[in-house]
Amino acid sequence: MTLADTSTFAGRLADLGVEVSAGPPEECAAMVDAAAGDPAVGVPLGRSGPDALADSPASLPDRVETEPTTADLRAAHTGVTAASLGVAAYGSVALEADAAGTEPVSLFVDRHVVVLRETDLVPDMADAFDWLGPRSRDESVDVVFATGPSATADMGGLVHGAHGPKAVHVVLLRDRDMAEGSLDGPEGGR
Amino acid sequence: MSSDAEPGSGGAEATSGLDREGKADRIRELLATEGDAVAANTRGFNEGRYESTGRLDDYEALKEEARSIKEDAIERLPDLIDEVRETVEANGGTVYLADDAADANRYIREVAAERGAERAVKSKSMTSEEIEVNDALAADGVDVVETDLGEWVLQLADEEPSHIVAPAIHKSREGIAELFAERFDPDDPPETAEELTMFARERLGELVEDADLGMTGANFVAADSGTMLLVTSEGNARKTVTATDTHVAVAGVEKLVPTVEEFSPFVELIGRSGTGQDVTSYISTLTPPVDSPVPDFDDDGEPLADGTGDDREFHLVLIDNGRMAMRDDEELKETLYCIRCSACSNACGNFQSVGGHAFGGETYSGGIATGWEAGIEGLDVASEFNDLCTGCSRCVPACPVGIDIPWINTAVRDRINRGEADPSQLDWAFEELVPDEEPGGLDLATRLVGNYATLAKWGHRTAPIANRLADAGPVRAVAERVAGIDRRRDLPEFANESLVEWFEARGGPAVPAAEATREAVVYPDTATNYVDVERGKATVRALEALGVHVRVPALPGSGRPPLSQGMVATAEAAAEDVYAGLAPHVDAGRDVVVVEPSDLATFRREYERFLPPDSHERLADASYDVMEYVFGLLESGGDPAALRAPAGGTGPVASGKRIAYHPHCQARTIGVGEYATAVFERLGYDVRVSETECCGMAGSFGYKSEYYELSMDVGEPLREQFGDTDRVVVAPGTSCTEQLDALLGAAPTHPIEVVAPRE
Repeated sequence: MTLADTSTFAGRLADLGVEVSAGPPEECAAMVDAAAGDPAVGVPLGRSGPDALADSPASLPDRVETEPTTADLRAAHTGVTAASLGVAAYGSVALEADAAGTEPVSLFVDRHVVVLRETDLVPDMADAFDWLGPRSRDESVDVVFATGPSATADMGGLVHGAHGPKAVHVVLLRDRDMAEGSLDGPEGGR
Repeated sequence: MSSDAEPGSGGAEATSGLDREGKADRIRELLATEGDAVAANTRGFNEGRYESTGRLDDYEALKEEARSIKEDAIERLPDLIDEVRETVEANGGTVYLADDAADANRYIREVAAERGAERAVKSKSMTSEEIEVNDALAADGVDVVETDLGEWVLQLADEEPSHIVAPAIHKSREGIAELFAERFDPDDPPETAEELTMFARERLGELVEDADLGMTGANFVAADSGTMLLVTSEGNARKTVTATDTHVAVAGVEKLVPTVEEFSPFVELIGRSGTGQDVTSYISTLTPPVDSPVPDFDDDGEPLADGTGDDREFHLVLIDNGRMAMRDDEELKETLYCIRCSACSNACGNFQSVGGHAFGGETYSGGIATGWEAGIEGLDVASEFNDLCTGCSRCVPACPVGIDIPWINTAVRDRINRGEADPSQLDWAFEELVPDEEPGGLDLATRLVGNYATLAKWGHRTAPIANRLADAGPVRAVAERVAGIDRRRDLPEFANESLVEWFEARGGPAVPAAEATREAVVYPDTATNYVDVERGKATVRALEALGVHVRVPALPGSGRPPLSQGMVATAEAAAEDVYAGLAPHVDAGRDVVVVEPSDLATFRREYERFLPPDSHERLADASYDVMEYVFGLLESGGDPAALRAPAGGTGPVASGKRIAYHPHCQARTIGVGEYATAVFERLGYDVRVSETECCGMAGSFGYKSEYYELSMDVGEPLREQFGDTDRVVVAPGTSCTEQLDALLGAAPTHPIEVVAPRE
């Protein structure tokens, strides 16, 4: 991950209409709180996304139900999960269809708020598949590379929210080391 | 195919067995009913492709990588099948290798029965349409629901897909609104795209909650891990897999690639090539059975994830259905590299006008469909729509895995010619005019076009009579009835003096070899030699003005017309004759300058298949498009003042400075279309270049009575772009010239005629 990747990533998300908030892990809960609609369900960080998230200062706000029933999921406006990886050149986030429910929580909702560590950004698609290959072979992981909201043009015009989320919000947890770099959008982070 | 579609209600049958008039009627109907929606969508996708691939720094390298992965995978296919069986089974899934559609359906029905499935939800999959699994499951009482919005619309309307990626592009928003209103009679009928989408989302969401079985296709499957990749945008495939505990994935055996890492170039190319999206919303890379908990919508008070893990089943059904035989078939094998991106459909002039309901078979549509349908269904199905590939070749650079789609169409056409030949037809009357290498009984229209070089020679020898006859009403009526040549087209008028005769009569080369900068042979292609001699003369004048020692020897036709008719043996014989005629010149260090772009394209592309590799390479390297050659001469110090600059001054005279240029389709494919623009600009002309892939004439295609109206429709964007222009319209292709004349009411000239010095 470099500052250039972060800048590219933010630029691609802007093109996709995906909102971004960026800040240190300590501000994760506040950023998620600001981004999530109500009611919100989620998967605890670390059970969703990289294991290391469990030990980081990042957390979810209390109002996010992290042990939802299927009824909670059905009623939820927002689903909050972590992503394992981000692909800068495409603005994609890698969501793992894990046993903790990252896939349904990110899918059966109107808005998906996704927490991604800046350190997990890779420059391009080939890097993402280099990461995925060993994990597919050794751990049989199931990963969805999600780029922007669900979309269709089948009904005579482009519409977001065909089956999946209508909107996506990325909460980017900045590295302490890199915190000096700016991240305001496509122009930031040179 | 939708679940309740009747077998055989596909587009192919609609034109099956129809005579020329019937075919023309069918095309006319599609142009009127679906043409506008198909055109707007496919042309939008095609523009998107140019934009999206243009954003890639390494587009060509990615294509080459994708191509070599496919070549390797198909080569090792039997091993990969063994490997994926091991990996999927190690993951806890099952692999079933089905010989054919019936075998696959039997297996899937058993899985559904064992799981007691009452409803199956499906995400879009062409392979599942190929085997018609919906019908098979419905026969067992399983309610099969297509969850892709476009597929669902077609299922409700009981219609067939018109496009392999966007199946309902032939339907308008208004048409979908009417359909929903009629089927569901809602209190507040949805009308806008947003309302229609939300209506479908809600309906389908309920159906997904109650489903027992989830069916998907697979865009790629990695043998090393049993990982499958699904390219989607709506999220329905994700829901289909997540919400059901039994996942059946149906994939052709050709979808296997060795490793997960090799997914990468395809992920970057497939959306860009198809609908012009850099990447689609969701790329699911699943190594099933997936780990997600199954939401229990019936008992929804339970925790979504109780940590125990769910009992999920996964079945990978790999389909042969003719593919392993295609793998052993030299001509059809390349079809297996196809990743079903739809680029060849969207880039195709004919497809843009009529869509997959005319340009398609039982399942697949567009240029590559000829390969799929010939391999899976048979030649008879391929023959129903194979004519619609005109060989314009605009799909070739569009294809992300570099499949020579026109060649597959040519090779299949050759088989159709040979397989359907009726030996009872009396060919003796025409033998002198059609001295080809083809079987007796081949359709007369095909043979006449295929032997155009001989016809033109005969027409030139008897020019006054031939031309008068060609214009005579009764003769045209017979030509239309017997040979299918549309009366609304002007026929080429043969010259009294051929280019070769003119060159001899003037005393041969005007620039002595000793004083020349270079030596060149102008190839007297059939059209330039016998019909449009002026552009040949202009070529000689331009080259000589730039100090080139020019010769115009008598040489045979290139074989392009027979090639267009699938007369491969005849074209191959022509290639050998042309090479024999040109080789001494190439040996002597002379360049070969070609006026007609389709002939140059034949030298460079198809001759590779007909000549020994060294011979092909020598000829291809020595041959130039005339404007490419002029550009090269100017670049290496030729004096632009020797050529004709635009007229000075203002007013009508100055309009000669402004050019509207339609590059030839095949010239663009071989990368020589832009030299005319470069030369014009160098000389001070102002050039506007057409944005149309192909003019629609495509050699002889537009002359055929059943395709006249389609051909004119394909040319419509050119009329829109150049119809009112005060620019001088130029086009290097002979058939483009005829088409532009018909569209614009004035015949364009060849670019060389604009820049060559006056006589």
